[in-house]
Amino acid sequence: MPADAILIKKEDNVATALRDLELEREAVIRLDQDEKIITITEPIPFGHKFAVRKIIKGENILKYGEVIGRATRDIEAGTHAHIQNIESLRGRGDLEKEASAL
Amino acid sequence: MTFMGYRRADGRVGTRNYVGILSTVVCANEVAEEIAHRVSGTVPFLHHQGCCQTPVDIARVNNALIGLGCNPNLAAVILVSLGCESTDVGEVARAIAATGKQVKTIVIQEIGGAGRSVAEGSLLAQEMVQQASVLPRTSGEVSDIVLGLKCGSSDTTQGLAANPALGIASDLIVRGGGTSVLGEITEFIGAEHLLIRHARTREIGDKILALVKRIEDRAKAVGCDMRGGQPTGGNIKGGLTTIEEKSLGAIAKAGTAPIEAVYEYGQPPDVKGLVVMDSPGREPEILTGLAAAGCNVIAFTTGRGAPQGFPFVPVIKITGNALTWEKLRDHIDLDVSALMKGTSSFPADGKRIYQEIMEVASGRLTKAEICGYTRAMDIYMVGPVI
Repeated sequence: MPADAILIKKEDNVATALRDLELEREAVIRLDQDEKIITITEPIPFGHKFAVRKIIKGENILKYGEVIGRATRDIEAGTHAHIQNIESLRGRGDLEKEASAL
Repeated sequence: MTFMGYRRADGRVGTRNYVGILSTVVCANEVAEEIAHRVSGTVPFLHHQGCCQTPVDIARVNNALIGLGCNPNLAAVILVSLGCESTDVGEVARAIAATGKQVKTIVIQEIGGAGRSVAEGSLLAQEMVQQASVLPRTSGEVSDIVLGLKCGSSDTTQGLAANPALGIASDLIVRGGGTSVLGEITEFIGAEHLLIRHARTREIGDKILALVKRIEDRAKAVGCDMRGGQPTGGNIKGGLTTIEEKSLGAIAKAGTAPIEAVYEYGQPPDVKGLVVMDSPGREPEILTGLAAAGCNVIAFTTGRGAPQGFPFVPVIKITGNALTWEKLRDHIDLDVSALMKGTSSFPADGKRIYQEIMEVASGRLTKAEICGYTRAMDIYMVGPVI
């Protein structure tokens, strides 16, 4: 079966959609030769990410086995993982400005 | 595999054979553009710098113009000067002439206006084009390739498909004795710890970290989250969430070769192999920086469909996004979207990119050249306009 999404490293907590994924789809996620099924709980556009397990607010987001940011709220498995619930940890002039204002 | 190129007096090999009409200051662009428009076989280099800037940036303009003029893809050069700019036009002309190529300077305020400058410049350019037109392509080696690496208008397909495939092609160039130049320092942010593992020495790794800190500090100095600027709005629509994610995908295009040296913006490498050059990610500035560093061909991956090329260095567009390949055929040269579906292999597509680089180096036109989308050019400045 052609995969619907790809998980790059087994420790990753987000997968990348290889096609537009509609609500309630049983998405097939490829990790090398293995496959895993996750129920999609909101539409995921091609190339966007979704959580492959529940991610708790403040937890690191892992892709390529590396930290790509931090969850700003809980992200349920199968939901869209993007700017609405992930923040970057770098290039944050806003945080430094807040820190220096205190 | 070898390619057929134009061996210049200084030993470097061009993949194109243009006469360059280089504006030395923003105020001379009109004349340079008009000469290039009137004389076929010429290309303009236009920009917005060269006056009312700090000495640091004026030196960058001088060095960038020297690097561009020395690029082996130019057979001869005309410098178009207004006459009162801060750019050291005499020094630029001398340094380019030192490579053995013909250099002439048109000074608008001395000749007496734009009309006379265009007329005189056009005559000079015609003679140069005629002389260049009889130069034959001769055999070049992989070691004569100076490949520029670039990705732009990115989405998540780049990190998953096009960039790792380009990394394999870059490794093949380096293994053959060639040079590969990695810029876009902004797109090291969050991935620098992986990149410095490839640094030949600790000192090279430290220089990379210093470049990353410099560009990140510059972005942070404006006091906001840089998301929206990097990653761009388009990157975000394409599924890239943070600069860390973008960077982790971006550095894959550098392959696995050791990093041999680190250079300032537009500085030509004095070693072979994979090197890092300071530059931002935006197309006009990095394409100019790569050309000034002497790149004779550039490989550019794009997910959403970046059309930009450069006036005299061919820019090969590679996409891992099947929809972009379908929609933007007049801009994209190579489709590696089968990697996303898992129906192709990285070694096979890396080899395809390598072969495309060699064919383009031998004269095969890129889509950007064919459709005339070759005006992404400007010089990267660090200080204010004053």
